[in-house]
Amino acid sequence: MSDTSQFDYTIQSELSESSRIQEEIMALLRQLGFEDEDLADLHIAIEEGLANAIKHGNQLDASKQVKIEGMVDGNKVRIEIEDEGEGFNLDDVPDPTLEENLDKPSGRGIRLMRAFMDTIEYNDKGNRLRIVKSCTVQG
Amino acid sequence: MASAPSRLDIEQANDVTVATFKDRRLLDEATIDLVGNQLYSLIDEHGYHKVILDFNDVEYMSSSALGKLIKFHKKILAVDGSLRLCNLKPELQKIFKVLALHKVFKIDKNRDKSIKKI
Repeated sequence: MSDTSQFDYTIQSELSESSRIQEEIMALLRQLGFEDEDLADLHIAIEEGLANAIKHGNQLDASKQVKIEGMVDGNKVRIEIEDEGEGFNLDDVPDPTLEENLDKPSGRGIRLMRAFMDTIEYNDKGNRLRIVKSCTVQG
Repeated sequence: MASAPSRLDIEQANDVTVATFKDRRLLDEATIDLVGNQLYSLIDEHGYHKVILDFNDVEYMSSSALGKLIKFHKKILAVDGSLRLCNLKPELQKIFKVLALHKVFKIDKNRDKSIKKI
């Protein structure tokens, strides 16, 4: 597969909007023929990225927007999610797998994205996430 | 107002409650809230203390859904109850392992094993 495709969305900071846009993105990625396991990993990462942007970035303020940009180049999927929040430092997020943090709520979304994507990085401000994954195309 | 549709199939055998998730994906926040409330009601309203959660139909779940599960586990422990999980698909097992939640929950291969051990 050598095609390149892009998508670009802006949504209000509402979780129902996040669900709607995820369905659109996943339908598009499915059409490109990626394997189910990769699609599942991408779906989880996109959900976690959007949830962080809406809940923690924009503090569920529906007047604020979240931008989602996607680029598929061959088997490589890159997605960027930007919120209007103050940003954060990735190093400040507690490791949810440490014994003392196992029953605490924060850090799991980031950990899942790290596990399922090849790359996860934020800009210096901490309000723009980039996730990248090389996928397998179904034969 | 009509009550929300049930997201769990509930079966009772003696003092053991088996709750099977109906949703394939626990990602959508509205669904997760419903599932969470229905889980909590097993303890808060029905007083069930021995619960098996059957994930047979679940393909994957978000960190938010896992948060509900952890809260449910705490509620069960608070009433000296017990909780076992079973039938986790490989993708779900991967999520639990990545988050070290296999150290938190008692997970069995299938429902029969959970019933024997609970």
